Order: sequence, then structure tokens, then C-alpha cells
Amino acid sequence: MTEKRVSVPAGRSEMSALKAGDYVLLTGTIYTARDAAHKRMQEAMDAGEKLPFDIRDQVIYYMGPSPAREGRPIGSAGPTTASRMDKYTPALLDMGLGAMIGKGKRSQAVKEAIVRNGSVYFAAVGGAGAILSKRILSNEVIAYDDLGTEAIRKLTVQDFPVIVVIDSQGNDLYETAVKEYKTI
Amino acid sequence: MRTIQTEEITESIREMCIEANHFLSPDMCRVFEKAVSEEQSPLGRRILGQLKENLQIAGDDKIPICQDTGMAVVFMRIGQDVHIEGGSLREAVDEGVRRGYEEGYLRKSVVGDPIERVNTKDNTPAVLHTEIVDGERIEITVAPKGFGSENMSRIFMLKPADGIEGVKEAILTAVRDAGPNACPPMVVGVGIGGTFEKCALMAKHALTRDLNEESPVPYVQDLEKEMLQKINRLGIGPGGLGGTVTALAVNIETYPTHIAGLPVAVNICCHVNRHARRVL
Repeated sequence: MTEKRVSVPAGRSEMSALKAGDYVLLTGTIYTARDAAHKRMQEAMDAGEKLPFDIRDQVIYYMGPSPAREGRPIGSAGPTTASRMDKYTPALLDMGLGAMIGKGKRSQAVKEAIVRNGSVYFAAVGGAGAILSKRILSNEVIAYDDLGTEAIRKLTVQDFPVIVVIDSQGNDLYETAVKEYKTI
Repeated sequence: MRTIQTEEITESIREMCIEANHFLSPDMCRVFEKAVSEEQSPLGRRILGQLKENLQIAGDDKIPICQDTGMAVVFMRIGQDVHIEGGSLREAVDEGVRRGYEEGYLRKSVVGDPIERVNTKDNTPAVLHTEIVDGERIEITVAPKGFGSENMSRIFMLKPADGIEGVKEAILTAVRDAGPNACPPMVVGVGIGGTFEKCALMAKHALTRDLNEESPVPYVQDLEKEMLQKINRLGIGPGGLGGTVTALAVNIETYPTHIAGLPVAVNICCHVNRHARRVL
């Protein structure tokens, strides 16, 4: 198991060098967006308006946290199912989105957009919201505040653990790793 | 006749919402230990290790185990000799959820209408299932249910001719399709028989059964063991990233059904199979 450290945002060349199965620790800035925020971003694009942040080379984390206790930047903060964002993702990748963090399978259209753009799809461990919360140093709502947990947040993360699932060559760890252990 | 005040019900539900979202029940902790010792994949073991550490941090630092603190499913078995005093039972249950999710820093994940989708901001209403039973007590089970796994649940209206082999195939199909989306290792709740809605309700209720308890029905006991083995040969593994522990347990409930039918419901739960139970 190869372990790598990546500072984010990173350039395309750094993202496309990652391979499915790599265990990666991310440090830097990432943004959260899930169902409702993606819908709003799509509506903004359709209306020819600017997105709330420049997504070029940025990492979007599919996550809606639980409320923070006093003295903590954020509550529980694990990934949500990525496939619900599949409808919106190819357009964002074509606009320059660098990478995504979520959990679960992606559509063929998303895979093709990842390959076309030299991007990457990371999985964080689903249901590990408490441990992941500890790797988030700051949390600021930057758009769609009215969406509550679904607002877009700018997070500072340190050694945030993720695994490369779909790499820029189109390899999909969900398919290859499962085959290795399948005996039925 | 025994009188129970609604305030006591509200307070119990408030506490159970907070408890269930920060601490797994002892039976869940036991199967977790077993999973760590049995997993063959190095990455799978690493993920299970992270999940164990996650449970420790959740309890110590009061951070919910998962950010999806669920929609609150409440089962109440109400003794027929109980008199409930102090207002509406429905409102007492929702008030308990409201207080628990607010005071416990739990995520409010409920929208008031499935199409209009405006967040109710207090995680109400609960999904409440009541059953009238003998006696003068109330048993309350609070089971917050996350939707990563809920979305992967299935119902199959099989034909009687499909028999037990059809049931096995239905369970495997649901788990296979759920794959990484349901946050494996999963707990699999199954209902067999009854009607469409009874079957789904049994599958949900099966998730709240102590994982160390076996079904009282001999053939169901065997089926639970066989299906756990089969599911763990699918290769899905922890996090869906390959391995030999795909499910922690399979719990099955059965009920009489119609001569023309064989309903099977599979309610998938992630490894954060939360439930708290109290008797008033």
C-alpha cells in the first residue's frame, strides 16, 4: 500500500500521477458541497452566473457535517454517497475541478470525465465522521448559508486520510479490489 | 392500570437519541472486534482499525460516530394496561427527538416534504411504529437510521415457487448492489413473509435485535449463518475496497403470509447500526 502526502489545491499533473489504491494524506484547503449545493451550482451555471468559488484545481468534499460543539471547528464530518452528485459532476470536471472526495461508486460518465480531465476520485471511510472531524482545523461557510448542513464550506485540513478509488487512467479500485477477494 | 407521563417518554427519547449517536451497543462492539481479527485484506484491516478508533473518539470527545445522525425511527411496544397522561403521545415522541437532536449537537437531516424538500431544522418528525402488547409497561427503541445504507435497501415480491433459494438470491442481490455505497461492513436486516408493508417493517425491526441472539426459528438460524458466510464471500469488504468482512451480521424475522406470495425485504444498515432501548 503506497502512502503519499499531497498539498491541496494541487495541479492536474500531481493529481493525475496518483494511482487507484494509493493511501493519501491531504493537507490544505478543500470545499464541501453535497446534493442541494450542487443543484444550486448547476442552476448558476445554467443562468450564466459565476460559481461561489473558483473551482479550478480545487477539491470538493461531499459532506454535510453535524453541528460543532463549543471550541471545535466542526462536528462529525464523514463522506456522503457520491453517486447522487453524478448528474452534476462531469460539467464541474470540465470546468477544471481537480478532485472529489466521497464514498461509493461513480457513473460511467463521471469516470470518463475524470480520465478526460486528468482528475481523481478519492474515497474517505464512510462512517468515520469523528476521526475525520479531528483532521479539520477550520470551517467557514462561504455560500448558500440557508442550506444549513448543505451549505458550501471552506475547510482547512491536515493529514486528511483518503484512498484513490478512480484514477486518471480510469482504474476503479471498487472493481479491482473486490474481484481479488470474491469467492462466490 | 398504570399511568405514564408523556414527559417521561420525551425525556427517555431525548437521552436515547444522544446515546445511540455516540455509543454503539455492546453487541455491535463485540462483532466489530471479531471483524478486525478475521479480515484478510491489509487495507480492510486498516479501515476497520480506523473505524474502531472512530468509535473511541466519538465516545471520548462527544462527536457523533457518523455525521449522518439519521432519521429517528422509534418503536414503541405499549402495554394495554398503560394510561398515557400529559398530552399527545405523537407530540411527546417528536419533542424528545427535537430536544435530543438540538442538545446533542446532532445533524438535522429531515425535510418536511419529499418533493418540496425544506429542512424542518429539528429532525422531526420521527418515524413512529407503535404496537399494543400485554402488560403495563412501555418498551421504547430508538434507532437513528442513516440514508447511505437506507437508500440501498430493497423489497422483492417473490413467488412461492421461488422458495428459500429465491430468498437467498434476493438477499445477495441487495447486498451486492449496495456495495460500497452502504458503508460496509453492513448489518443486514431481513423480513420474510407477511404483506408488503409488514415485510419491510420486519426488516427494519430485525436491525434492532441483539446481534448475539439467534432467531428462535431453527431454519431461520441456519439461514442467518449461511447468508452471513455467503455475503462475506462477495469480496466487497470494509469500505467496499475489497475484503472478507462485508457484513457483521444477518438478522431475519418471519411472519405468516398469503398462499400466493413470498415477500422479502432487505434493510441494509451500515456498520453504525444504532439503537438504544428502554422499558418504562
